[in-house]
Amino acid sequence: MSADAARRLLTKGNEAICLGAIAAGCRHYYGYPITPQNDIPEYMSAQLPAIGGTFLQAESEVATINFLLGTSASGKRVMTSSSGPGISLMQEGLSYMAGSELPAVIVNISRSGPGLGGIAPSQGDYFQAVKGGGHGGYRIIVLAPHSVQEMYSLTMLAFDLADKYRTPVFLLGDAIIGQMKEPFVPTPYEETVSQEKPWALTGCAGRERQNLKSLYLKDNAIEVHNWKLHEKYERIRREEARAESFLLDDAKIGIIAFGTAARVSKTAIQWARKEGISAGMLRPVTLFPFPEREVRELAGRVDRLLVVEMNTGQMVEDVRVCTPLHDKIGFFGKPCAMPTPEEILDRIRALAGRRT
Amino acid sequence: MTTEAKPGPEFAKVVFERPRSLVDVKTHFCPGCHHGTIHRIVAECIDRFGVRESTIGVACVGCSVFLYDYIDVDVVEAPHGRAPAVATGVKRAQPDKFVFTYQGDGDLAAIGTSEVIHAANRGENLTVIFVNNTTYGMTGGQMAPTTMLGQKTSTTPYGRDFRGDGYPIRMAELLAGLEGTAYSARVAVSTPAQIRKAKESVRKAFEMQIRGMGFSVVEFLSTCPTNWGMKPLDAQKRVLGEMSEYFPLGVYKERVQADFA
Repeated sequence: MSADAARRLLTKGNEAICLGAIAAGCRHYYGYPITPQNDIPEYMSAQLPAIGGTFLQAESEVATINFLLGTSASGKRVMTSSSGPGISLMQEGLSYMAGSELPAVIVNISRSGPGLGGIAPSQGDYFQAVKGGGHGGYRIIVLAPHSVQEMYSLTMLAFDLADKYRTPVFLLGDAIIGQMKEPFVPTPYEETVSQEKPWALTGCAGRERQNLKSLYLKDNAIEVHNWKLHEKYERIRREEARAESFLLDDAKIGIIAFGTAARVSKTAIQWARKEGISAGMLRPVTLFPFPEREVRELAGRVDRLLVVEMNTGQMVEDVRVCTPLHDKIGFFGKPCAMPTPEEILDRIRALAGRRT
Repeated sequence: MTTEAKPGPEFAKVVFERPRSLVDVKTHFCPGCHHGTIHRIVAECIDRFGVRESTIGVACVGCSVFLYDYIDVDVVEAPHGRAPAVATGVKRAQPDKFVFTYQGDGDLAAIGTSEVIHAANRGENLTVIFVNNTTYGMTGGQMAPTTMLGQKTSTTPYGRDFRGDGYPIRMAELLAGLEGTAYSARVAVSTPAQIRKAKESVRKAFEMQIRGMGFSVVEFLSTCPTNWGMKPLDAQKRVLGEMSEYFPLGVYKERVQADFA
C-alpha cells in the first residue's frame, strides 16, 4: 500500500471543502441553511469551536456575506457556502467586497433554477459566477472542482488566490460533487502567498487610521479605481487560467466541460476510444479566468468540439468568443440532471459520423 | 497696528478643546445638521475610554457614511443597512476591539431592519449609534420609516398618510424589547442639557460593550434643515416639539448584570 493510499479518506465532497478550508487556516465560517450544501455548515458548527474558530448561523444570506465582509476587513480568512437562491442574495455584498478589495471564499453547491427551482444538480449558475453577478462591473475568480480531491485542494487554492489578489473567490460545485463520496488524499496545505495584510482594520495603534470602502465621490477617483480593478482582472486572466487536458494529444473530437459534466464526459471519452473514436477533453478548472488560449488552440486542431454542460448553454458562449470556428462547436446540455455517459457517447458518435 | 496675540497666564488652563478622536477638518454638513454634534459626542466617549487605537467603526450608506472623514479611527464601509452584520463580522474576528456602527434612519430602520434586529437579538457585543432625522438626507429628502404622519417629503408630497404609508417606527423601543439588548436609549442634541444627557447615554452604551454586556444602541433625534425646508433654529424647535412627542426621549433598557444568559 502506498503512503498516499494509507492516508486516504472516504469523504463527501462537501466535507472535503471543510477539511481544505481548515487546513488552509480558515477559522471563521458563516452560513445559512440551504439544500444541497447543509453538510458544510453542520460540519463547521461542530469542528470550528473545537479549534478556536467561530461558526455563526446568520439570519439570511444577506447578513452572511456581510459577516464575511467584516471578518475579511479584520484580516482573517473567512468562508461561506450556499446554493443558487442564497448566492443571489449575496450578490450585493460580493459587489461591495470586490469594490473594497476584500478576500473571501464563497462556495456554491449549485442546484437548478431559476427562482426556487429544485434541488437537482445544475450548472445554471455559470453566468452568475463568471460574469460578476452583482452591480458595477467586477470579476470574481471561479474554481470548478470535478472530484472530491479537488473539492479539498481547490478550496485551499481559493484562499491563496483570494489573498493574493484581494478578491472574493468562488468555488462552484454542484449537488452531485457535493454529495458524492469517494476517497481522497488530504495533502498538507502549502501556503503560496503571504497572509500579511497591512490593509486590515485592526485599530490604528502606531499608524494613521485606515478605511476599507467602495465609495469614491471626489474628482475622478471612481474611474481610477475601476481601471485599477481592471488591471488586476487582466493580470488574473494572464496568470491564473487553469485547465486539465484529458487524452487530447491525438484527439479529433474535443469535449469542453467542467465539474460533474466533465467527470461524466471522461467515462464517455474512454468508451468512445474503445470504439476507435479519438476523443479527448479540455476541462476548465478556472471558469474565470477562462482558459481562452487553450480553447482557441484546441479549436484549431480538432475536427469538432462538443461543449457539455448541465444547463441549456452558458459556457458555450465563452467558447464561441475564443474561436472564430463556430461551425466546429456542438453543444449538449441537461439543465436539471446529470448527463449520462451513454448520452454523451451518442453525441460523440454522431460527431464522428458513426451511426448509433 | 496689530499685535500678535500670545496666550498669557490667564489662558494656561485648557477648558475646551477638540477631542483627540475628532479629525481637525472643516465640516461639509449643512448648517443646522446634527452630525457634527453627534460626531463630537462619539469622539469624546472614545477618548474617555481610551479605545481610539483599538476601535473599528462601521459606516453606513447616506450622509452618515462620511463618519470616516471626521472620526480618527479605522472605519469599514458597509452596504446599505448591513452595518450591524459587518460589525458582527468584525467583532467575531476581533472580540478584543471596540466596534460601533453609525447609521441613519433609512439605513437602520428600513433596508437594515433585519440586520439590526438580529444583531441585537444575538446580543452582539457592539454599539449602534442611530441618527434619526425622519428623512433620507443624502438622496434628497424622501420618506423614511421614521417620517412623521403628515410630514411632507419628496415622495410624500401630500404628507405621510398612515392609510398608505404606515406609521413612523420607534426603533429604540423595538430594540429594547429584545433579550440580547443591553442598553437602548433615545436622546436629542437640541439644547446644551440634552447634549450632556446624550453624552451620558453614549458613555453608558460604550461601557456596556467594554464590560461585555451585549448589544447597545443610542438613537439620536436629529435635524435635516435642508430637506425639511426649515431654518436651523426652526429645525431645533421641531425636534423639541413634535418629534420628541412621538419619539419620547429616555432610557428604554439598561442591563445591570453581565450574567444575562
